[in-house]
Amino acid sequence: MSRILISNGRLIDPASGLDEIGDVAIADGRIVRLGGQIEDFTPDRRIDASGQWVIPGLIDLSARLREPGATRKADITSESRAAAAAGITSLVMPPDTTPVMDTPSVVELVSHRADITGAARVVPLGALTRELAGGQLSGMAGLAAAGCPALSDGGRPITDSLVLRRALEYASTFSLPCLLTPVDPCLAQGCLNEGPTATRLGLPGIPAAAETAGLGRQLAVAGASRARVHFGRLSSADGARLLTTALGENRRLTADVAIHQLFLTDQDAMEYDTRFHLDPPLRDIIDREALRQAVADRVIRIICSDHQPHDQDAKDGPFASTAPGASGLDTLLALVLRLVEEEVLPLHRALATVTLEPARLLGLEGGRIDEGAAADLVVVDPVAPWFCTEESLRSRGRNSPFLGWEFSARATHTLVAGRLVHQPDPP
Amino acid sequence: MSVQLDDQGRLRHFLTTEGLDPRLLVRILDTAESFSGVIGKSVKTVPLLRGRTVINLFFESSTRTRTTFELAAKRLSADVLNVAVDTTTTKGESLLDMLRNLQAMQADMFVIRHNQSGAAEYFARHVDPGVAVLNAGDGWHAHPTQAMLDAFTIRRHKGPFEQLRIAIVGDIRHSRVARSQIHAFNGLGAGEVRVIAPNTLLPSDVDSLGVQVHNDLSAGLRDVDVVIALRLQRERMQGALLPGESEYFRHYGLTESRLASAHPEAIVMHPGPINRGVEIDSALADGPRSVILDQVTNGIAVRMAVMTMVLGVQPDTAREVS
Repeated sequence: MSRILISNGRLIDPASGLDEIGDVAIADGRIVRLGGQIEDFTPDRRIDASGQWVIPGLIDLSARLREPGATRKADITSESRAAAAAGITSLVMPPDTTPVMDTPSVVELVSHRADITGAARVVPLGALTRELAGGQLSGMAGLAAAGCPALSDGGRPITDSLVLRRALEYASTFSLPCLLTPVDPCLAQGCLNEGPTATRLGLPGIPAAAETAGLGRQLAVAGASRARVHFGRLSSADGARLLTTALGENRRLTADVAIHQLFLTDQDAMEYDTRFHLDPPLRDIIDREALRQAVADRVIRIICSDHQPHDQDAKDGPFASTAPGASGLDTLLALVLRLVEEEVLPLHRALATVTLEPARLLGLEGGRIDEGAAADLVVVDPVAPWFCTEESLRSRGRNSPFLGWEFSARATHTLVAGRLVHQPDPP
Repeated sequence: MSVQLDDQGRLRHFLTTEGLDPRLLVRILDTAESFSGVIGKSVKTVPLLRGRTVINLFFESSTRTRTTFELAAKRLSADVLNVAVDTTTTKGESLLDMLRNLQAMQADMFVIRHNQSGAAEYFARHVDPGVAVLNAGDGWHAHPTQAMLDAFTIRRHKGPFEQLRIAIVGDIRHSRVARSQIHAFNGLGAGEVRVIAPNTLLPSDVDSLGVQVHNDLSAGLRDVDVVIALRLQRERMQGALLPGESEYFRHYGLTESRLASAHPEAIVMHPGPINRGVEIDSALADGPRSVILDQVTNGIAVRMAVMTMVLGVQPDTAREVS
């Protein structure tokens, strides 16, 4: 395995607070030396990081890779390579594949496919219930043994509260975190935030109550169990407020937000632009600001891409008939750093939301820069302006809501377990 | 929305009444007025669209709207093709494929009705340059020619809009007609536009459309000059929106006696088809206040006006065909 020396970079680690210019020596997939000028190390490969940042590789807590089941949209190979090029070293994959990841064999298939690709790591989440149908518990211990660090409802909330309670209790037996989707499906029958925009466009709206009703019920059930519960993709000010109150009683609860919720609103869908057809929907400016505040206050500790690549047909047609979801891998790092530029978060905090915090939730070993830690690292050029265009996207999903945006930072080198999986094209 | 206008601000498609320049709204009415004379005479046809092909593409069933579009096109001497698409049997072919195939038949104009909001705009963004799209109703979003024929009817009966109070009664939430009417009447400078409905039939933030909101029928009808009843679809009774037809009629059905608070000369309108005894009483629908059949007749002239405008044909050069 190759020995790599990254020299003279600004080393930034949110876990330790490290922020200094120095070198990183990597051997056997791990960081062996850190900081200062490292001279007594013979690398096979040197990366000059002068003027650049060295950060932990990003861990994306929610990325649909569409394999198995929908490889016309994307596949593990395409998306893990796209992730590597975008500075993401671990992709956490929800279990709503076809077939559902509710048995070890599907998990093993996914892991095997990720291993052959050899780009970003793929972290499969097991299904909480068989077929994600919300009836019978999945074989959670077996899923954990196959490599699932946590379980998830895969975006399909368990509607039977007793089943939900039993699932959380059983998962807690094995100390497996449970990732829930805070939605009441009965209230979520629409395609855009309920409000003036949906009314003008004549589209059925989804009220914020769809989120708070789901979240409130799940909080009540979670409170009675010992489970470690995480809420995925908050979208509303009311949801953030409810979570803030709940955190006062249970500090172990965590939540995440999709990065697009921190930049976009339902008004972006004003001309029926289907790239803004998302689930949960984009809401209004008050929600967006409340979500930003919740991230700043650490009520929401994790930011993810909520990557949902689609083929062109799925996004082509009248708004309500198209598939919800956005392609997000390519822009996650750039948007997180934009939160720093816009003074929503200081740099270390911003990076923690996509490195340290998801690693903590799932007990992953990445997400930090430390001697002995896995060498999942990214070299970032903080002043490399680029435009997000269909051509610039590495994901097979062209359905980015950020086409036409200009960003200032990008990943130049990405290492996964000490292997260089992304580097600049030769001139 | 700008897709319906060209660089000079002229209509190139007709998709919505929202955001249209008031002068353009007035021009549609004036142009319709010039065609209206044609209808009254024995010679009813002008050659303005001779050699042009109009395709009526209806994904939802319709009698009145389709036939008045067809009559309008024929009176302009266009060739008309009616295509009724049963969406339950055409799964597999995308809208875009269907559009391309029909376009290959050298159509100059598509008249489209579809159950999805935004469908007409979707077609407008995908047709070849020079091909016009007329929205004959998309989902809950817009039905602009209906709104303009209603405006035309109101102007004929009640004169300028500035002093008029207009009330729309019924299922505003699911109504493309109501949305287009609200934008058209406000654009034409109406004194006041009101909506009257139970809260389950109002969309959220309905006041943001520029209307006064009333739950009580008598209060909402006070001093109004125009009352428009909307069709209440039977399937709305099956969900949790309303308890039933009789309770609805008791509280929101229009009758002569409930119009007591309205202006004595108030007119009553309905976009059709009527559910007698649900949203409106037969005596009122057939009575002297009702202009419901005028609306249908006026629909032809208004649709002729819009058809010529989107194809850039000047009606004042019209010669009647003998």
